[in-house]
Amino acid sequence: MAITAPLPLPASNPWQTSPWRISHVRRELADTFTLTLDPPADAADAAAAFQPGQFNMLYVFGCGEVPVSISGTAGEGGRLKHTIRAVGAVTGALQRLRAGDVVGVRGPFGAGWPIDDAAGSDVVIVAGGIGLAPLRPAVEAILHARERYGRFIVLYGARSPEDILFARDLGRWSSRLDTFVDVTVDRAAGAWRGNVGLVTALIARVGLEAEHTVAFLCGPEAMMRFAVGALAKRGVEASRTYLSLERNMKCGVGLCGRCQLAGHFVCRDGPVFRLDRIPNVFQVREL
Amino acid sequence: MAGATRPDDGACVLDTGALEQLIELLRADGYRVVGPQVTDGAIVLGTIAGAGDLPAGITDDQEPGRYRLRQGTSQALFGYAAPAQGWKRFLFAPDETLWRAERTDGGFRCEEEPPAIGRTALLGVRPCDLRAVDILDQVFTRSGVVDRRYQARRAAALIIAVECTQAGGTCFCASMGAGPDIADAANCGADIILTEFLVDAGPLLLARPASARGAELLAGVPGWRAGAADCEAAAEAVKGAARSMGRQMPADVATLVGRSLDHPHWADVAARCLGCGTCTAVCPTCFCSTVEDSTDLAGTTAERRRRWDSCFTLDFSTLHGGPIRSSGAARYRQWLAHKLAHWWEQFGRSGCVGCGRCITWCPVGIDITAEARALAEREGRTDANH
Repeated sequence: MAITAPLPLPASNPWQTSPWRISHVRRELADTFTLTLDPPADAADAAAAFQPGQFNMLYVFGCGEVPVSISGTAGEGGRLKHTIRAVGAVTGALQRLRAGDVVGVRGPFGAGWPIDDAAGSDVVIVAGGIGLAPLRPAVEAILHARERYGRFIVLYGARSPEDILFARDLGRWSSRLDTFVDVTVDRAAGAWRGNVGLVTALIARVGLEAEHTVAFLCGPEAMMRFAVGALAKRGVEASRTYLSLERNMKCGVGLCGRCQLAGHFVCRDGPVFRLDRIPNVFQVREL
Repeated sequence: MAGATRPDDGACVLDTGALEQLIELLRADGYRVVGPQVTDGAIVLGTIAGAGDLPAGITDDQEPGRYRLRQGTSQALFGYAAPAQGWKRFLFAPDETLWRAERTDGGFRCEEEPPAIGRTALLGVRPCDLRAVDILDQVFTRSGVVDRRYQARRAAALIIAVECTQAGGTCFCASMGAGPDIADAANCGADIILTEFLVDAGPLLLARPASARGAELLAGVPGWRAGAADCEAAAEAVKGAARSMGRQMPADVATLVGRSLDHPHWADVAARCLGCGTCTAVCPTCFCSTVEDSTDLAGTTAERRRRWDSCFTLDFSTLHGGPIRSSGAARYRQWLAHKLAHWWEQFGRSGCVGCGRCITWCPVGIDITAEARALAEREGRTDANH
């Protein structure tokens, strides 16, 4: 009887998760770790073509799925890093996995940083906490083609010296003579000789020519709200300011409706947005 | 009248017996025919065996927070407004398994769960609900990534629409441009459009083919070629619905809501709103969903289910352990602003079709047309004070 006979489905299935093997686990901070994931052969090309700022949906067998931005590459073959803070059931389960285990991956999804469009401009990167993770591939991409950009500035804020993510990378970038890196912490014990205060203080004093500057921001929304204010005060226009936002997501492709932010689907139209295209995000509470 | 000849194209007139034969024809063709019927004191949508299952002679009273059926003054088959449910459940499953996974040596294998989809004839789809189907078509199949389960169900569906000849107390489709008539038959998404009109002998249906499939079906049932008088009687019946429409939405509602996101009136609505999400469940265009991952007790097999979700739940916006929209005001604003304003940015039109279900089925009778007017009035007052 025709009523129960399955009909053929259209070709692509955005829900299909594919098994990627964990090749390396790195403990970054007390609650933060990086999984390096090896794609299966049929996903390697798509993985290698990812754009800095994009994210993957990571699935732990039977437990659940979370969006995680891509925090770096590791060699050839589309091997990708994902830096995760254990805050809930799924991220907690991801933390318990070891090299050799398998996670489901869908992606990469979303709109990334405008790396190419920023060519010819000065670039200032402002990151807070784990917000440095989706920016690390952007920093690497810019350093990889350093001659295409003007001044390059990385400003990073963490809660404490113990919470500084990717300290090794920050040190490496800082040691270059063509890159200015400044780091601050909210609070510190006696041993810390660096800056103490908010990242906005770094923005206030850094040398920049606003009309030639493109800014990329990622961090807690409160931090970004103040940081865009500090950048605006320095004259960086909203049309040259990009930020990565986060919302509850289930599908990653604009079908489930969960990640809506006013007229945008964060998964599909973002997660990286130009500030003047999301004017209400810092003005309207609980949007 | 049975056996009368008529041309292969154009409108024809069917009596109840001919409608019965149309349903039989569909059933013989392997279609499950879904239509309105009376269950538990409400008109709901379910499988019907024949025209005799339709709510003949029944009409409804709909007001904010109130729905009652009663005997009508005629034997009309479609003498009532929007049924309790929309049609989205037949195209977008309320709860379904998307895939199942099984542990393998050193990993797992994920296999899509093939949806059980069969030919389904949706009989009695009102203009508002027909517009809603087109809106869902756009969301799921014309906006980037295609939802193939929706697309497959939609492709297997045949739609017999019925223009409205009786408006309910909470209807406002005319002000949303979605009814009570179907203006553009060729592009409306239906296969056949029916319009009921009453003669002394009982109800008659003016039947217009709106697709090749619809024309083919109509050619197989006994009716007669529609004359000018039939068409006029049908048009007059639809005009009556337009005149008796209970409510209307302000014309500038999209821009009004878009610039009122910080309006104090949201808190006023929130004081009345129970946050139950009924409006999103009965809304024929609400498409948000969630997924649920689970395993068996042994942890060897897993599945992912997709369920309808509501922006009124706290879980909907939860990020890092807490909801972004923690207040009732923010959740109500999300629903109404998405439907009436942000939908324009996403899809170039309104997400509201004016069916009035969210008003009728709201347990405290919140009326979105009244809330929109209140936004405008209070905005006017604020301006006047400055």
